[in-house]
Amino acid sequence: MNLSRRKALSLGLGGIAFAAIPGLSTAATVEELTAAFTAGAAPGTSGITLTTPEIAENGNTVPVSVDAPGAVAIMLLASGNPEPAVATFTFGPAAGRQFAATRIRLAKTQDVIAMAKMADGSIVQAQATVKVTIGGCGG
Amino acid sequence: MVEEVKPRVKVPKSAAAGEVVTIKALISHSMESGQRKDKDGNLIPRKIINRFTCDLNGVNVVDVAIEPAVSTNPYFEFDAKVDAAGEFKFTWYDDDGSVYEDMKPIVIG
Amino acid sequence: MHNRATSFFALTFGLAVAGMAFADPVDDKLVVEAEDGTVELVTTAPAPDFLKDVVDTIYSGWHYREDETRDLQRDDFDNPGMVYVDRGTDLWNSAIGTGGESCAGCHQGPETMAGLRAVTPRVDAKTGALMTVENYIDACVTERMGLESWNWTGNEMKDMLALISMQSRGMTVDIQIDGPAAPFWEKGKEVYYTRFGQLEMSCASCHEDNQGKFIRADHLSQGQINGFPTYRLKDAGILSAQQRFVGCVRDTRAETFKPNSEEFKALELFVASRGNGLSVEGVAVRH
Repeated sequence: MNLSRRKALSLGLGGIAFAAIPGLSTAATVEELTAAFTAGAAPGTSGITLTTPEIAENGNTVPVSVDAPGAVAIMLLASGNPEPAVATFTFGPAAGRQFAATRIRLAKTQDVIAMAKMADGSIVQAQATVKVTIGGCGG
Repeated sequence: MVEEVKPRVKVPKSAAAGEVVTIKALISHSMESGQRKDKDGNLIPRKIINRFTCDLNGVNVVDVAIEPAVSTNPYFEFDAKVDAAGEFKFTWYDDDGSVYEDMKPIVIG
Repeated sequence: MHNRATSFFALTFGLAVAGMAFADPVDDKLVVEAEDGTVELVTTAPAPDFLKDVVDTIYSGWHYREDETRDLQRDDFDNPGMVYVDRGTDLWNSAIGTGGESCAGCHQGPETMAGLRAVTPRVDAKTGALMTVENYIDACVTERMGLESWNWTGNEMKDMLALISMQSRGMTVDIQIDGPAAPFWEKGKEVYYTRFGQLEMSCASCHEDNQGKFIRADHLSQGQINGFPTYRLKDAGILSAQQRFVGCVRDTRAETFKPNSEEFKALELFVASRGNGLSVEGVAVRH
């Protein structure tokens, strides 16, 4: 399948599903959210696993999971959404693993980012590109 | 129209002491993102579940801060360590102030 | 009525279909983890006799979906459609009738509905009318409970439809097409092969002639409805078969028939019968 074509189509989905209003948006950016979560620590890349589909059949419901052994908290971001924040999981003493799965909305093809904060304040990060398709059947 | 909010949780009935069990939780909710417009072009106000927590015998398992990018009928899967029999408590917090709760017991054995 | 004009279809939809790959339905098995064990569903079967000149094998729409979507149907907890089944259970047990009647009051548990979804639409022996599950629900709601008809595609109707369909999960679709059903089936067949809308497309244009190809990013299925009602990711909600028909016909840029119209009831009978031999999936997940 032709990638550039799908990208062009996915812009259409963004228009429908997330009709963002330029000028009114006060959404925190990826940079702002990252800074707030990491307190400036530079992220490592090992010790965190982000699982996403390569191609999402529908951007409304994209299954994602993240596993970061030893994490205190995990933040999920969707870099291409009008509001990049998705969810932050804070694990309590009764957590069995520092793992979480959920289903998220992606406005278009984009990178999903997961960041985990360890007990010592260090940060690890993983990201994955998810291609969001738009079907031919609008009905 | 009043939304019918219905929680659904899946917890094993029993676990060995110290066992890690997988929990799944879902609640029926439109998760109106605040980004959409109605037919007349007016912005539909945001109304989402903005927080979900799970506790076991009063001890927190996970506390999730939720943004509008979480899908309709928000779904979470996570693991809990069961040291003793007791009760899981699940709580969902709605933007409109409503709080939805569900409980599930677990035994050791 | 069965006009094959593939070249015209290719012209009108050339942009969408040209150059797109063909992909076989995914070779996979659907075993669902349910609350009380596992349920293995038949998702491919030899085609019913009347379809033999069109296809050899029928496939549930499940086989045309991506891995993640198929996975959602493998576990009842992962299947968001089960929320609506739960809501249907609450409704079943509620004393909603004008005289305090509930579904449970007459029918006991919802499991007494087992088998109904597998054989509907069917002609009611007493009245001679073609009945969908929704028609049976409507008869109870209006005649026994004294209520106004539920909106045909509203929450109550679809929650109840989901609950009743689930009771037949794993049963084989077995729609009668002869005898009293014959005239309705012929009518449905006519609707199926009639080209509608500015695009002049029939059901067959996509689901027979171009099955397996991609229409933009959509992998065209055989249009089976054994998985309906289905949780559709696009709508993040439950969709009945006739609601899906509305979407399909509208996509041909036609004025559509209404749910519960004679045309769509007959079409549901015909389309359902094309799945004779597949399992009822209860509440499927599609995209």
